[in-house]
Amino acid sequence: MNFAVVQFPGSNCDQDVVHVLRNVLGHSARLRWHKDSTLGAVDAVFIPGGFSYGDYLRTGAIARFSPVMAAVQQFAANGGLVLGICNGFQILCEAGLLPGALIRNRSLQFRCEHVYLKTETARSPFTNRVPSGKLLRIPIAHGEGCYFADEETRAKLQASDQVLWRYVNASGEPTAIANPNGSVDNIAGVCNEARNVAGLMPHPERASEAILGGTDGLLIFESMLSALQEKAASRARLEPAPAL
Amino acid sequence: MKAKIIITPKKAVLDPQGKTVQNALAHLGYTDVGAVHVGKYIEVEWTGSDRETARRQIDDACHRILSNPVIEDYRFELE
Repeated sequence: MNFAVVQFPGSNCDQDVVHVLRNVLGHSARLRWHKDSTLGAVDAVFIPGGFSYGDYLRTGAIARFSPVMAAVQQFAANGGLVLGICNGFQILCEAGLLPGALIRNRSLQFRCEHVYLKTETARSPFTNRVPSGKLLRIPIAHGEGCYFADEETRAKLQASDQVLWRYVNASGEPTAIANPNGSVDNIAGVCNEARNVAGLMPHPERASEAILGGTDGLLIFESMLSALQEKAASRARLEPAPAL
Repeated sequence: MKAKIIITPKKAVLDPQGKTVQNALAHLGYTDVGAVHVGKYIEVEWTGSDRETARRQIDDACHRILSNPVIEDYRFELE
């Protein structure tokens, strides 16, 4: 598979995502600079973490208008898979590709620690490989990860099964103590209604090798790969190779 | 012309900065302090001369980029 990883001035998890895609999973991954107005022939796009444009004005507010984001919008509108991680999640919310917004952590602290995530639904290209009942232990590192959406939006998220991950304790309960930033309903990640765009605050790319303390993050990358392989296989069935 | 823009968190949105400042003020003995809200102040110098155009375009800019309507309200004056 071919992946694009978008790079803004201030991105700092871009190389980590490229490393996991190339060296851990063995796929092709290319960086796309914020001034690029095309993505090239790619199967999925990652918007990585960091502090794009210094987080000036609001997190993601400036990045959302960079030339590459117009290409990402188009790619998403055509059904392409897009995953935003941390600052990438903030950018996708600012761009209106995902509902809600991310605001300052309730504690006002920058939180850098491991959290437990409960995957709320396997029915998405980002979660289909997560075994039922399996909690993901993945690190967070953010100061503005408090997810906010108004009541009407939350009801819609719930009704259409768009909450992908929630912060939980080691027993899988979404308690206040397990919530590192004050997110409404302990929400750690959501997808759009069409289910091809998702974002989450935790960093799966930092939990994809045993030497880094855990590989639970790989399940998210593997879910995307599985969805892409499924899509490629069904396309091949519809358009059989011409007989030689 | 100059636009003076004030951006504040929406009422329904958690404002931990406001709450922390409120607590600090109470701690300093300002007993009559009620809720505190922390927002942003932006000044935009405007080179055009038509006030109506300025008003319309600044309103548009506030909506599109200077504020996030999901979490913030804005107001501005031209002078």
